[in-house]
Amino acid sequence: MADSPQRIDRPLSPHLQIYRPLFTMMMSIVHRITGVGLYFGTAILVWWLLAAATSPSAFEAFRSVAGSPIGLIVLFGYTWALLHHAFGGVRHFIWDFIHGFGPQERVLLAKASLAASVALTVILWVVGLAVKG
Amino acid sequence: MSNTPSSGHAPMRTPLGRVRGLGSARSGTDHFFQQRVTGLANLILMIAFIGIVICLAGSSYAATRATLGNPFVAVVILLTLLSVTTHMRIGMQVVIEDYIHTEALKVLLIVANTFFSIAIALAGAFAVLKISLGG
Repeated sequence: MADSPQRIDRPLSPHLQIYRPLFTMMMSIVHRITGVGLYFGTAILVWWLLAAATSPSAFEAFRSVAGSPIGLIVLFGYTWALLHHAFGGVRHFIWDFIHGFGPQERVLLAKASLAASVALTVILWVVGLAVKG
Repeated sequence: MSNTPSSGHAPMRTPLGRVRGLGSARSGTDHFFQQRVTGLANLILMIAFIGIVICLAGSSYAATRATLGNPFVAVVILLTLLSVTTHMRIGMQVVIEDYIHTEALKVLLIVANTFFSIAIALAGAFAVLKISLGG
């Protein structure tokens, strides 16, 4: 409402800076950050597809960037972000069915999804490099 | 639920509004549910998609085009694009709505989000179809 009087500055409820960082809280934040990263990372995927649809030189340009050290680091990070977000999504599915809210379960699920995301990222890259080599 | 709330005055919500249960945004739990359905689809499609990417890692132009032109591969990538871009559009809209409180900027960013998501979907789909259909 544009004409309503100025709101009174009431105290706001405590936000992030008030709380001690907790493991489950950091995992929730990272879920969102990886989601945003993956959002912009889809541009890399589409660049790859468009390059393959355009010309050999366009494809070589993509390959030289993707295969460069920085490109490989970005793709490695992208793989981890994807898997972390995917396992985070699985946790959300578990919560949707009203499971996994207990004090131990919460931490266990968070640890398991973090460990799984790191392990699977390494496994996929080892397999990928083995197939390529 | 009783017709007369404890406060004594008539309910603000019409019976039709209550039956439809769509809330103030008029879309109800659409986004909530779609985000879960596309999330599940993403999980399934990503398994196939990661396989395709590993097979194609470092491949030549000709080999990449031959694989992307395979109908099974092309359909998996098209489905992945559809599901992923829907999921990421809804997700980014939630992020925008959570952090941007200036109405004009918020609306602008939500529109930009829609543009980006659809552009990614169509550009990727066009590339796959062009390779598949022999362009």
